[in-house]
Amino acid sequence: MSHTELIAQHGSPSAPQIEVRGVSKVYGPTTVLDDVNLTISPGEIHAILGENGAGKSTLLKVIGGAITATSGSLLLDGEPVTLGSPRDAIRHGITLISQELAVIPQRSVMENVMLGRWSHRAGFAHLAADRVRFDDLLDRTGFTLDPDATVGELPLGIQQQVEILKALARGARVLCMDEPTAALNDVEKELLLRVVREIADRGTTIIIVSHFLEEVLGLADRVTVLRDGKLIETNEASAYTPASIVSLMVGREVDPIDQPPAEVSPLAQTVVDVERLETRHVHDISFALREGEIVGLAGLVGSGRSDVLLGLLGAEPRRAGTIRIRGAEVKENSVSSAIASGMALVPESRKDQALLLGRSVTENVALGTLAQRSFGGWVRRRVERAEVSRVSADVDLRGVGPDTLTVDLSGGNQQKALFARWLLHPPALLMVDEPTRGVDVAAKARIHSLIRDLAARGTAVLVVSSELDEVIRLSHRVLVMRHGRIVDEFDRSARPSDILTSAFTK
Amino acid sequence: MTTLITPTNESSSGPWGVKRLQAKFRDFGIVFGLLAIVLGLSVSTTTFLTPGNLINLVDQATVVGLLAVGATLCIISGVFDLSATATLAVSAITGIWISQTFGFAAGFIGAIVAGVLLGTITGLIIVSTKINSFIGTLAISIIYRGLAIVLTAGAIVSPPAEIAESFRFFAERGPFGLTWASILFGVTVVVLGLMLSQTTYGRRIYAVGGNAEAARLSGIRTGAVRVGVFAISGACSALAGLVLISRAGSAQPGMATGLELTAIAAVVIGGTSIMGGQGAVWRAFVGVMILTVIANGFNLLQWDTTYQQVVTGALILIAIAADSLFFKKRNS
Ligand SMILES: Nc1ncnc2c1ncn2[C@@H]1O[C@H](COP(=O)(O)OP(=O)(O)OP(=O)(O)O)[C@@H](O)[C@H]1O
Ligand SMILES: [Mg+2]
Repeated sequence: MSHTELIAQHGSPSAPQIEVRGVSKVYGPTTVLDDVNLTISPGEIHAILGENGAGKSTLLKVIGGAITATSGSLLLDGEPVTLGSPRDAIRHGITLISQELAVIPQRSVMENVMLGRWSHRAGFAHLAADRVRFDDLLDRTGFTLDPDATVGELPLGIQQQVEILKALARGARVLCMDEPTAALNDVEKELLLRVVREIADRGTTIIIVSHFLEEVLGLADRVTVLRDGKLIETNEASAYTPASIVSLMVGREVDPIDQPPAEVSPLAQTVVDVERLETRHVHDISFALREGEIVGLAGLVGSGRSDVLLGLLGAEPRRAGTIRIRGAEVKENSVSSAIASGMALVPESRKDQALLLGRSVTENVALGTLAQRSFGGWVRRRVERAEVSRVSADVDLRGVGPDTLTVDLSGGNQQKALFARWLLHPPALLMVDEPTRGVDVAAKARIHSLIRDLAARGTAVLVVSSELDEVIRLSHRVLVMRHGRIVDEFDRSARPSDILTSAFTK
Repeated sequence: MTTLITPTNESSSGPWGVKRLQAKFRDFGIVFGLLAIVLGLSVSTTTFLTPGNLINLVDQATVVGLLAVGATLCIISGVFDLSATATLAVSAITGIWISQTFGFAAGFIGAIVAGVLLGTITGLIIVSTKINSFIGTLAISIIYRGLAIVLTAGAIVSPPAEIAESFRFFAERGPFGLTWASILFGVTVVVLGLMLSQTTYGRRIYAVGGNAEAARLSGIRTGAVRVGVFAISGACSALAGLVLISRAGSAQPGMATGLELTAIAAVVIGGTSIMGGQGAVWRAFVGVMILTVIANGFNLLQWDTTYQQVVTGALILIAIAADSLFFKKRNS
């Protein structure tokens, strides 16, 4: 019987102590991890913090067996181990949960949890036995999950629980979670944090990467700060404040003052005018944005915020309604005509909806506005390089050259590259869906100020974010959505609690 | 180390340019493969490295080569065109048929127009019905072959005797003793290679194949891009058909059957990713040359040609494995 099966069957042998000893990871000329030494005790919640590209994900992947270190070693309970693959790591009770969930959306919760570990009798599925094991897992974690629900139809926060259960079903005693809350709304976030605390209290070690400093300081027992691949400090979480963490991360004092958006001039003209827009998911959407105006869309997940953006862009077929950009009606119902008329979207999922992972940063940034830098269909590469490098500097894209493949960028830098795409040639209406997902505190402030700068230069901006705080800080006005309709409007002096109440109950 | 993005990246690859060298090797490894085979044959035979043999070699590569160039564009944009050689047959037959009434020039142009039209129709069907292109073009190829039989009543068709000589043009010698077919192939590789790597249309092809949803949300008309690719593939098929006519002096409904698969094999061996979004036209050239040189080698060394198939199959497997390994490493 294998080790995993032993663990899976006998419930809870204690989690191993993990020791990272002198680990370095080098890609070509870049040192991504530089002699990292770290000990993580059984059952603790250990947060790894740092700027975008600091090496957090890389460290997590080394511990989770997804990549092997260039030098250094990993010890479990004092025994050196070689983790050549995630499978190896799982065999030792370590599971890596990356931000892109690995669930099978078409199948049920139980099938996903038991994936590859189905009970069977002579090769035939034995559902009743699976059910018993599933209920046992629910008992151990305190989750409430419907085993028969289709995973793809569940909110992201719940899918994350499925992924955690799946790991535990494989006997995981150590969970490495890379930005687990990045894609969650405030309510889901809170739930996940509770869940994480719960399973840690029952003896599972949690190693977590996050850019939400407050929440992570509230959750973690100990904290490690990385900067440029070097371990700067490991200490009790209670020894830090968000501000002190930021200065450790960045290596200098920063003041995170967020400017309010510039006043919209009374002379500003209407940029976009939407009347009774109707798509499969949203109904009777009407609003107007003026030059320089930033409007936030708030609401729960599934309330139709992203669908409004997709509807405007023509990505979801428009069933009724009119859209005017600077007075001219957008007649054709297609993305290319919407973009030609002056709209642009930074979509929610950079991997699925936005990036060509196998292509260079330059190609990705240039993709949205190819025609602007071409001559008779020929790409003017010099101009392209110069302009892409200009906007890359504007968004503070780090650790990459123009030919770096996009897959090799850290998550936060991918997001910055995506944002850079529309800075090349600012549109009349910029729609941003989760503009700062996965970016660090400093970069977030930078993206916020870029959005404000764009607005100051006349672009109208529509912002969707699951962080209510972000929506309020950025916007002049906030529209609240529920069940595919706009139900309320607030100005920026509104209290978050009022907006939340409206989103939930109106 | 954090380097800001800079217009010249020489500095960011370090003093030894290790990363760049590695990247170059990954990119051009297949060229070394071809050179190694060429070198091996040059040493082990006296006949390989003769002008006559080399000229012959390129000429033999042209038909599959032209098809492979078309297939490259299709595969990079994320579709397969299994109807390529059926299109070849119909356009070759159409060309001859037109030439019987209107002469050589009209027939020649007619063949190319037919290829482009058939390619466009294939593209429109695949794009508008959203069927999987592999199955879709397989079905369409059966229809086109049927059409070819209807057009010819199943017989072999030839151009009228007085212009038969004009149709032999591609088999004749041009500069450097190369056949005009070889020159046509070379020009096609260069033109379509430039189109893919230097134009906005080329960028769109990569985008559509690399991530169709991302391309769409960036304002690219993904359907139009793919129809265009099928049309170009149709043109390549028609050119290959004209080369075949120049050799056989005739066309028939079953001509070139199966070569579409050889072409796809060549594309893959050259290193274009079967998953789309990755690859280059010159890779098709290298892939086809590898297949042709191996065939030539078996011939010159008088090895049993049945093993040639084993070698070819193994090469395809190795190429695909290398491709998916690359992706696995990248995405880990
Ligand atoms: N396969 C690779 N080849 C080259 N460089 C890489 C590769 N993978 C990661 N890097 C580089 O290593 C650095 C650290 O990446 P990592 O993903 O660990 O950052 P991170 O701390 O998780 O950042 P983020 O907060 O943005 O997710 C980045 O500069 C990234 O570009
Ligand atoms: Mg990361």
